[in-house]
Amino acid sequence: MTAETAAPAAEFGRSRLRKEDARLITGQTNWTDNITLPGLVHMAFVRSPFAHARITSVDVSAARAMPGVIAAFSGVDFPEQGSLPCAWPVTPDIVMPPHPPMATEEVRYVGEAVAVVVARDRYAAADAVEAVQVEYEPLPPVLDMRTALDESSPKVHPQGNKCFEWVFGNGDIDAAFRDAPVVLERNYRQQRLIPSAMEPRAVVAAWVADEVTLWSATQIPHVLRFALAAFFAIPEQNIRVIAPDVGGGFGSKLQVTAEEVLAVLVAKRVGRPVKWTESRSEGNLTVHHGRDQWQRIRVAADHDGRLRGLSVDLLANMGAYLMLVTPGVPLLGAFMFNSIYKMDAYSFRCTGIFTTEVPTDAYRGAGRPEATFGIERTMDELASELGMDPMELRRRNWIKHEEFPFTTIAGLTYDSGNYEAATARAVELFGYHDLRAEQERRRASGDPVQLGIGISTFTEMCGLAPSRVLGSLSYGAGGWESASVRMLPTGKVEVVTGSSAHGQGHETAWSQIVAEKLGVPFEDIRVLHGDTQVSPKGMDTYGSRSLTVGGVALNGACDKVIAKAKVIASGMLEAPPEEIEFAHGVFSARGGSGKTSTIQEIALATFAAHNLPDGVEPSLDSEATYDPDNFSFPHGTHLCATEVDTETGEVSIRSYVAVDDVGRAVNPLIVEGQVHGGLAQGIAQALFEEAVYDDDGNLLTTTLADYLIPSAADLPSYITDRTETPATTNPLGVKGVGEAGTIASTPAVVNAILDAVRHLGVRDIPMPCTPERVWRAVQAARESGGAR
Amino acid sequence: MARITVTVDGVTYSDDVEPRLLLVHYLRERLGKTGTPIGCDTSNCGACTVQMDGASVKSCSVLAVQADGADITTIQGLAQDGEWHPLQRAFHEQHALQCGYCTPGMIMAAVDLLRTNPHPTEQEIREGLEGNLCRCTGYENIVRAVKSAAETGVTS
Repeated sequence: MTAETAAPAAEFGRSRLRKEDARLITGQTNWTDNITLPGLVHMAFVRSPFAHARITSVDVSAARAMPGVIAAFSGVDFPEQGSLPCAWPVTPDIVMPPHPPMATEEVRYVGEAVAVVVARDRYAAADAVEAVQVEYEPLPPVLDMRTALDESSPKVHPQGNKCFEWVFGNGDIDAAFRDAPVVLERNYRQQRLIPSAMEPRAVVAAWVADEVTLWSATQIPHVLRFALAAFFAIPEQNIRVIAPDVGGGFGSKLQVTAEEVLAVLVAKRVGRPVKWTESRSEGNLTVHHGRDQWQRIRVAADHDGRLRGLSVDLLANMGAYLMLVTPGVPLLGAFMFNSIYKMDAYSFRCTGIFTTEVPTDAYRGAGRPEATFGIERTMDELASELGMDPMELRRRNWIKHEEFPFTTIAGLTYDSGNYEAATARAVELFGYHDLRAEQERRRASGDPVQLGIGISTFTEMCGLAPSRVLGSLSYGAGGWESASVRMLPTGKVEVVTGSSAHGQGHETAWSQIVAEKLGVPFEDIRVLHGDTQVSPKGMDTYGSRSLTVGGVALNGACDKVIAKAKVIASGMLEAPPEEIEFAHGVFSARGGSGKTSTIQEIALATFAAHNLPDGVEPSLDSEATYDPDNFSFPHGTHLCATEVDTETGEVSIRSYVAVDDVGRAVNPLIVEGQVHGGLAQGIAQALFEEAVYDDDGNLLTTTLADYLIPSAADLPSYITDRTETPATTNPLGVKGVGEAGTIASTPAVVNAILDAVRHLGVRDIPMPCTPERVWRAVQAARESGGAR
Repeated sequence: MARITVTVDGVTYSDDVEPRLLLVHYLRERLGKTGTPIGCDTSNCGACTVQMDGASVKSCSVLAVQADGADITTIQGLAQDGEWHPLQRAFHEQHALQCGYCTPGMIMAAVDLLRTNPHPTEQEIREGLEGNLCRCTGYENIVRAVKSAAETGVTS
């Protein structure tokens, strides 16, 4: 070997096409619903048609007698079913009602499981569901958070409808508001959303003797394994959880579900492997929902726009029960309402409330979209009140580039950021000043189609999370991540990650990290994930944590491989270890013999182990677990131009510019894709999506015909760009990108709509801003006398 | 039970099926053609789109008995002699998929779109694919992929 190896192209920052695609575009994917096993039988659930009712009897005998039916059970048949876990008791006095996977006494939302049938195929199972007789005694539903705490309200649980109250603050909030020249209060509704991953949930459970394997369309195989062991008394060493190819999650598969637990229990009871796959309408009724808050926001400011104080009071709908992180979701927003702005004081209160609706839990952004919407809408309203350009108001209040690191009023230390640079780039791409001029012209001419400009200068906290911080917030687990690297004898590499991908592109990005660090070809690396037997340790994928925690763990594992290989190289190159250098996959002795050795040669020599230095273990394999010291803080400036037809209420997005700063990008192609998808979901909240219950607590949006996920025809083309301010708190300089688009875009769109019609006297339009709602708001403003 | 004869990805099958059996379940559970997934139960999402006698259909909205005598192509039969179809290549090159669940249906719908309109505008692509939902990509790169496949001239 000579030392004259050309430096390979840097892998970091390279838009590699994805390794994952080959199986996905050819139909060779392994979705959970594809799995077949000898003797496999199918489960189907009988679900409550009432929002709230006492179960007086369940009779499964007719179902059990049907041809092809193996078994049928009600909740009382499973005394061992226990209670589904909530890992986040946010206050010492939080009310945590029991949550049996199958209801036995009372049902508290439409869709709650009351019985299960097991049959030879899914058609026979569906038939048998119809034969189960359940008698109910209806009870009054609880559907409005705003009246749920009244004395006269019916109770969801015997303990009442209040789940918790969590307060937080910093600075003298009374002083900030006292004598403030400008005080503004706004009330916003975060509507209920259905996450709607394209792959419906599916589960397969199979026992062999005392060992169980659970395949599930889950984001969290490791957490699920722990939960089955800790809460359902199955010895942890006997549980294997596999997340095969998983078709999207967006938080909806960050859960320990009734169906997963029951699949395990039923499979044991019937002595055969069982499968359950939900239909979309069953999923809309039972997969946890997202958002659902009422926000009361008060802001105090000086005449020049300087923020003095911010006070936030939330009502957060828990739904009928607490699921894995239900109560914690709104609190992730507690640290984000202040966003990128400086202020003297901040106060936050959140009251969690039970209703007879599907439980809420994490949905893309989880707490941070709510906070960003609240503050960014409020900033626009304040600008209007002050007669100031909303961008100028933001500029006057945001943390300046030279002020980083900066500890915010909410107590987080933002390590890095450059709001000026991202905003300047966005303003340029958008043509901000030209659009403002056009807006003026169209206002002056009374054009029925008005132009509006919406701004969202956002940040978020990613990289969940420092374990110590999670502990201080009463969360039940840590926030570290694990990775290991195995050098195979032929010089190829196996990477094991605890971060469980479901569309994010880990196999590609992780290969790039290893190729960059170890200098091995991208193609020679295989990334393994999503199976607790293959990858025994992990905290899984959510909260934009994969790269910022899992990627950094992998970086650490690579460093350990290099350190071990250096010792072995020193023997081969006959130089002391401290004189061995490593670059681009090649070890060489500094200033010495000129001899070199590739990492692949070292891998083979380690495998043979014939001539290793004394006392050296014959292995390069390395594992690292990384627990972050701090969150990461991606940020960006999003600008949206909408055209609003004041005669029909129709809104169309004319242009959308997203400039994001996610730190260093390992793969810009994947980063851009994440932004695109995030934008679509955030825009969908602004314009299209809402889970609607009727007055009896029936979900009206059970299908994709009623719950309007946008199609390609409903969405605009996006202009995206990045600024790059590396994170200083991790060695890769990365910040996370999975949720940024969703967090930023909702207020950008709604601000743009309001900006188009504010001069007509409209001050708010509840989401989703459908043509009817926009039209009604414009009409109401006109009837009440128009502009103020 | 009804007897049907169907050609799927070049292989002819004869089977007795329940009259109510959906084509997608026949493909997935009787023939093992699991490359075609199911995303909804109201024919809104399009994940299960296949070609039936040269036109795209949502296989959750077709009974297996209605496919009697038909020639079906699924995503698993699209590549020829190990060579990806230009749309498969374009989806890969333009990063038009993330989780990949909608991808088989999206590609099969796009094949039909380009068959009927070989040189669509961006708006025609968006409207042509509005029966196929994607939750990951925001459609930007799907539109780019179809455009780029059209530019390289797809016939199928």
